[in-house]
Amino acid sequence: MAAIEILDLEKSYLVGFWRKRPKVALRRLRLTIEEGEVFGFLGPNGAGKTTTLKLLMGLVFPTAGTARILGLDMDDPRVKSQIGFLPEQPYFYDHLTARELLNYYGQLSGVPAKGRSARVEQMLARVGLSDSAGVQLRKFSKGMLQRVGLAQAILHDPKLVFLDEPMSGLDPMGRREVRDLIQQLRHEGKTVFFSTHILSDAEALCDRVGVIHQGELRGVGAVAELTSKMQGKVEIVFFAQKVPAGLASLGAEARVSGDMVNAVLPEAQQEAALDVLRREHIKLISLTPVRRSLEEYYIQKLRPTEDRKEDGRKQESRKGVGV
Amino acid sequence: MNSRIGYIAFNTFREAVRDRVLYNLVAFALLLSGAAILVGEISIDVERLVVVNLGLTAVSLFGVVIAIFIGIGLVSKEIDKRTLYTVLSRPVRRWEFVVGKFFGLTGTLVVNTFFMAVGVFLALLYVAHKFEKMDGWVLVALYFIVLQFLIVCALALFFSSFSTPLMSAVFTFALFVIGSLAEDLRGFAKITQGVAGGLATAIAYLVPNFSALNVISQVAHGDAIPGRLILYNSIYALLYSAMAISGAVLIFQRRNLK
Repeated sequence: MAAIEILDLEKSYLVGFWRKRPKVALRRLRLTIEEGEVFGFLGPNGAGKTTTLKLLMGLVFPTAGTARILGLDMDDPRVKSQIGFLPEQPYFYDHLTARELLNYYGQLSGVPAKGRSARVEQMLARVGLSDSAGVQLRKFSKGMLQRVGLAQAILHDPKLVFLDEPMSGLDPMGRREVRDLIQQLRHEGKTVFFSTHILSDAEALCDRVGVIHQGELRGVGAVAELTSKMQGKVEIVFFAQKVPAGLASLGAEARVSGDMVNAVLPEAQQEAALDVLRREHIKLISLTPVRRSLEEYYIQKLRPTEDRKEDGRKQESRKGVGV
Repeated sequence: MNSRIGYIAFNTFREAVRDRVLYNLVAFALLLSGAAILVGEISIDVERLVVVNLGLTAVSLFGVVIAIFIGIGLVSKEIDKRTLYTVLSRPVRRWEFVVGKFFGLTGTLVVNTFFMAVGVFLALLYVAHKFEKMDGWVLVALYFIVLQFLIVCALALFFSSFSTPLMSAVFTFALFVIGSLAEDLRGFAKITQGVAGGLATAIAYLVPNFSALNVISQVAHGDAIPGRLILYNSIYALLYSAMAISGAVLIFQRRNLK
């Protein structure tokens, strides 16, 4: 069963003081996320990621379209007890301690009184906040608030978790912990839908990603598939202090760093390049096909439509080269 | 009561207490004890009248100011700080949130009023050295003041459901002032003819009738309050608050939380 089915969801706001005119925040979004999937929603700031999440959470109302969450209409009150949500840059009741806040959210989520306290302590430990559980949130750093945010999102053991920029504002250690947490959720069989503009996180965590820009979904695909697309080039790394003359004539783009040379050249020239290295008695370190990174896919999808069509035509004409 | 409403109400109350709202009691205690001592020194035979008048008026004004200034921020603050997002993404309906907030604030005001009432009675004891039977009517006046708070809270919530906090404060305070003169407005409407008369009548009956809820002067003079007035005022305040809260819920149900 699909965890989320977004069916032509659309949102526009009226802007302007006297003469109100509609501003489109999201254009006819159609997207399906399967159960157990970790889905990354990528896009620059203002692309429509948060609007999509707010629509799914019922915080804003769609201009058109609808969505089904866990097989129920998104307006169905039963949906809310099965989902968790971490908003972007979360801010909580700062008069409460972390423990009180989680207990309050547990009450609102219908976590039974018996076992609620144990569950709260378990969540605090899971996000590494057991030592600060009795401190008022007004004294928490941004990173600590983000952890509280994650704890409240998974407190009631939801089947589906929505995270809006979960790594935002975190230091490298914090980001690593959030990544681990998302991996754990995947292993527990949860569906995770998270928005981000940090592509390395998406590449490391997601089964599939969707790229949204200017309110329009520009592309969706499995990360493994997108990044396995060959570029028709190989990267050769070898020990040398300068680029051998024969290599430059093969069209290689080479870079020397210390005792190593890193050269990228067309796949067709691979054997000729290896012959050059053998002739010169140069020790080869590695030879790897150049794969497209998620970043390249992302940037391609963000370009204006005409540019992308032109790209597509070029790639069509280059046999064996992907999307 | 729906348990989620209870949880939201309790959290609202806890927030008010931790934000040191009840610190106003210190100012109130200072004002009242100072007045009682002063009155004891300069008044002859009217100590009770002055203390009841001053004490109940202070209870009313302190409470109204708290009701307005907390009431206008109850919803808008949660939207601005985005604390509402993590509440409404749970099985909490929007109407439950508004009603919970209302109960939380009125609960805070009831507790606040209780402590101020204790202060008033202590001041009375200080100046009169004993309680009399007519002092019981002070409790009725305090009850009416709490009814005023219900209406003011509901109005503050209603205005804040669609307006900025500043404008909500202005609207609510304006209605409190006009409503305190509601009886005069009704009298004016009776003697006015034509369109102006119709308009005055409409306004007079639309604004909350706070003057009917103000029996401070009668109580200070030891006059009894008819049971019928207690009943009518109770029904009136509950209906008026319910209408204002319903309006707030209707608006808030459709609001996009940008």
